[in-house]
Amino acid sequence: MTINGNRNEGDVVVIGGGVVGGAIALGLARSGAQVIVLDEGDVAFRASRGNFALVWVQSKGLGLPEYALWTRCSAQDWHELAAILKEEAGIDVAHSQPGGFVPCLSEAELEKRVTAMRRLHNQPGLSDFPYEILDRAETKRRLPDIGEDVVGALYSPLDGHVNSLKLFRALREASARHGVDYRPNHAVATIAPRDGGFRVSGAWGEVGAGKIVLAAGLGNARLAPMVGLKAPVRPSKGQIIVTEKTAPFLHHPMGTIRQTDEGGIMIGDSQEDRGFDTIVGQPVISVMAERAVRTFPRLAGLNVVRTWSALRVMSPDGFPIYEQSQSHPGAFVATCHSGVTLAANHVLTLAPAILAGELPAAVASFSARRFHVPVHA
Amino acid sequence: MFRSMRDAGGGTRLSFTFDGRPLSGREGDTVAASLLANGIAICRETPVSGAPRAPYCLMGVCFDCLVVIDGVGNRQGCLVPLREGMRIETQHGRRQAEEVLG
Repeated sequence: MTINGNRNEGDVVVIGGGVVGGAIALGLARSGAQVIVLDEGDVAFRASRGNFALVWVQSKGLGLPEYALWTRCSAQDWHELAAILKEEAGIDVAHSQPGGFVPCLSEAELEKRVTAMRRLHNQPGLSDFPYEILDRAETKRRLPDIGEDVVGALYSPLDGHVNSLKLFRALREASARHGVDYRPNHAVATIAPRDGGFRVSGAWGEVGAGKIVLAAGLGNARLAPMVGLKAPVRPSKGQIIVTEKTAPFLHHPMGTIRQTDEGGIMIGDSQEDRGFDTIVGQPVISVMAERAVRTFPRLAGLNVVRTWSALRVMSPDGFPIYEQSQSHPGAFVATCHSGVTLAANHVLTLAPAILAGELPAAVASFSARRFHVPVHA
Repeated sequence: MFRSMRDAGGGTRLSFTFDGRPLSGREGDTVAASLLANGIAICRETPVSGAPRAPYCLMGVCFDCLVVIDGVGNRQGCLVPLREGMRIETQHGRRQAEEVLG
């Protein structure tokens, strides 16, 4: 640890102050590091403020079984993270893991999801993942409010949700109490390796550290090459509807519908490749609303109070990227579209490993080198 | 507390109830204005803290005039004209989603 009295020098500089950077910063500080967080501020494309707040396991990892295991590990450790945030930030982030459903509105849709689920669990190491395929009668028994069009559902007891705005705030608060130096309006222009460490600079000045973590979401695509890394991430737009607060009636999160701890119903999960456009559009929103009302008809009478969109941070295959630079050891990149689900891993597993100088074996498959495949003739 | 600035004499009177109490108001007034004219100081309790609220902006923005009207919760009293026989109730906390059924 280097406590040298210079406020512009830290053990680690984390670039990005969203849920991913915030979780890593907290984990580093809890391990005893002096951490500086450089955050672009609330002008950033801030997925942390617009996400759907699921802690979601089922359906993740087809094509990369390590992702299913990494996700499951985080969902399990989320109980510990919630307790830490309660204790160290004084904030209840409303985490619960009651199991999640994906209700389907046609036989074809159910069949497609069941097939994907079976392929997912046929991968090495995933045979013991608990999930159930429910017919209409069983779905109706567990979710009495479903509409006539629901033909069945998938269910996994591993799924849950949180209040992600409270999570965002709690990460910041706990970090502050652990001495993390959080600096908003500090967009980073350049990173220069120097004297076995890194100088990070912008219009605001310069800071230095022995290690840096790139957790700047979509900004990682620009920053990573400065330290010999690659983060070919692109925005994937998601739109969300939220209704007025109602008395609790949805006691489980669905993949695309959930009731928040405060009572509002969130409807979401659209995916569009629209560049950096964040305009909310009637066509997508109306399809989402129509499907939600067919799933739970009692939603029809509720007033919508807000709609918004946010940009997921999407890699070419949809899986996270975690890597330490080979040419500039001490520089790490961490980027994913599930910063809420993976928050427990980032605080409890990833950050201590970064401080120790070596990424955990569990994320060995998440290097961006997986994208460097030769083009076949 | 509030007194109408219009001529008190004219206009058709409408009868309605608030939490079961029979009251009357003037045709052309909104539900929120009718409650205020009747001296009703609290029309809802907030969902999170249960704090009492009364009509405030009277132009559809603040959502503090939410009431249950004829069984439908979270209606903005300032945007709904008073009708004869309306059954208006205090909005206690969150609305019930099932109120829209049937």
